[in-house]
Amino acid sequence: MEVISAVDQKKQAFTEALNEACAHPLAPAPLLADARALVNALPVPTTRTEAWKYTRVNRIINHPLQRNEGTEDPAAYMLTLADAKAARVVLVNGRFRADLSTLPNTSGVRVQSLEDALSAGLAQSIGSLSNQQNDFFEAVNLAYAESGVFIHVAKGTIVESPVYILHLTDGTQTAAISRSVIEVEERSALNVIFHSASPAGCTGFNSHVAECFVQRNARLEIDKIQDEDGAVYQHATEWVAQARDSRFDIRTVTLRGTWVRNNLNIRVNGENCSTNLFGTYMPNQKELVDNHTMVDHRVPHCESNETYKGFLNDQATGVFNGKVFVRQDAQKTNAYQQNSNIVLTDEAVMNAKPELEIYADDVKCSHGSTTGQIDDEALFYLRARGLKAQTARQLLVEAFVGEIINEIADAKVRDYCIGRLHERAGA
Amino acid sequence: MLKINNLRASVEGTEILKGLTLEVKPGEVHAIMGPNGSGKSTLASVLAGNEDYEITGGTALLDGKDLLDLEVEERAGEGLFLAFQYPVEIPGVSNINFLRAALNDIRTYRGQEPVSASDFLKLVKEKSALVELDGKLANRSVNEGFSGGEKKRNEVFQMAMLEPKLAVLDETDSGLDIDALKIVAQGVNAMRSPKRSFVVITHYQRLLDYIVPDYVHVLVDGRIVKTGTKELALELEAKGYDWIKEELTA
Repeated sequence: MEVISAVDQKKQAFTEALNEACAHPLAPAPLLADARALVNALPVPTTRTEAWKYTRVNRIINHPLQRNEGTEDPAAYMLTLADAKAARVVLVNGRFRADLSTLPNTSGVRVQSLEDALSAGLAQSIGSLSNQQNDFFEAVNLAYAESGVFIHVAKGTIVESPVYILHLTDGTQTAAISRSVIEVEERSALNVIFHSASPAGCTGFNSHVAECFVQRNARLEIDKIQDEDGAVYQHATEWVAQARDSRFDIRTVTLRGTWVRNNLNIRVNGENCSTNLFGTYMPNQKELVDNHTMVDHRVPHCESNETYKGFLNDQATGVFNGKVFVRQDAQKTNAYQQNSNIVLTDEAVMNAKPELEIYADDVKCSHGSTTGQIDDEALFYLRARGLKAQTARQLLVEAFVGEIINEIADAKVRDYCIGRLHERAGA
Repeated sequence: MLKINNLRASVEGTEILKGLTLEVKPGEVHAIMGPNGSGKSTLASVLAGNEDYEITGGTALLDGKDLLDLEVEERAGEGLFLAFQYPVEIPGVSNINFLRAALNDIRTYRGQEPVSASDFLKLVKEKSALVELDGKLANRSVNEGFSGGEKKRNEVFQMAMLEPKLAVLDETDSGLDIDALKIVAQGVNAMRSPKRSFVVITHYQRLLDYIVPDYVHVLVDGRIVKTGTKELALELEAKGYDWIKEELTA
């Protein structure tokens, strides 16, 4: 008789529930078969796995998920943008809702559901960049995503207005699993805003994998605004491949979330590329925010800039793991990384790990990591001018992460984030 | 206005102020001079409420209220202002926004209405002209990238904005060239009034040519050991402090 361990039993219950909750996966047949096999073969990560040392996944695996349609009105969660002409895409519980979306009608840019794009023979790059072979959660995503967004920007198209995508997760133990494929062709430019939201009382798992292809001399900017109430576990991955002369910028702004794991992976495949990664997080209570980033410099003459700053309150936990590879051929690389943290209480914990692996000998790479308290001298100075201690602390914390928020492209989205920051810094 | 009586304070177990007594009446300017390590800056820090210092005795009454019992910001609310010897650079915090918040917190403390945006800007324009502070500096982050002279002018600008009852200037002249010194002194002098008092802590007599004190006190080893008029400062400049120490031991 076959003996199944307790861990395997839980994994089995988890996947069986997903078989029902997500019965119509979008992955094309051969890819799907592989993904299913990988879900079975790959172990659920534990804190003994280096990439998961500080982040437990038990609560995702131990509570089987279900299909929910959702009852909330997504309109109530949509952000107002300064650019009124922005395309607006809504996904509820991981499923593309054409009825709630306003798609762009300008030539050169196509936004549609990923499942429709696949049926039409588009988005054939799906699964070619992501890492389902080694990452359990990416395999789960590919095996169970039923829906998602496909964006294609034709050669030489500068998309003036951003594409705003709301991911609303709603219900109890909701499976919200989706993928995106974003193709930005030569000499094109696009700004995507990913916004994840969920109501108070909501529970579930929001998994998203985006595969982004930035072609020669193209530019892709992503603003990733995470603001989930309730107890949703969010696992969000971006894979980006940059061709020669391209530029990629991302601002990962985690305003709230019970459990957030971000994996950001950039493959710099062509020369003369620029890569700019900004991130901020402000967890309180028992929230956890984990940012894992990887920039893979494979060719010469590229630069990358990475700045992550956050503050942690109450018993919150933060993780930053920033990997920069500079391969042997990637001479003249200029890579900068900085992670700075303010820990506001004795119980909050920050785990920071910069990892640089450099195999080329003519490069300029620097990294720094600091974790500390609010500057006492600055606090005293402000209070000596009459500012209440509370106001002074708030000002200092806001100034600390304001540098990141100010990078957000759309002014109203930026204001929204500043409002949330205000609440978090004032608590 | 200010009555300090037998004030004792220590830092990390070492007593710095050893029973300091000083009275400042409304409208008066008092200079405090003394050799290095005599406790001049400690006095300024203790009055403002720096928690690095432990108060071991005495009182410091501002119009009858003991400052030592109050929070740092409450002391500002009561009308105390400390111009820092080393103004702190605070990246990302706008000089103007913070000053407006500070002014309004002080006004709230005093039960006054917050100042309107237009009145505030008028005030900024008027007061920054007083110390010839470039309007651009007022809009920058607090002291970030300011030169030594700009930092000190910014201190006096803030003082002018907050209109304290009692201003303590902690070595405001240090690191200033003669032109900057004149501008800073001019700003201070413009604020002199029968209702406002100053305690000017300095190492050098030079500042007192421009901010003329009513009294000069010599602080040695945590106590005021000699009090005189502005002529005492000239004498100190010429002869140093050793003769005072000798008088003490004699």
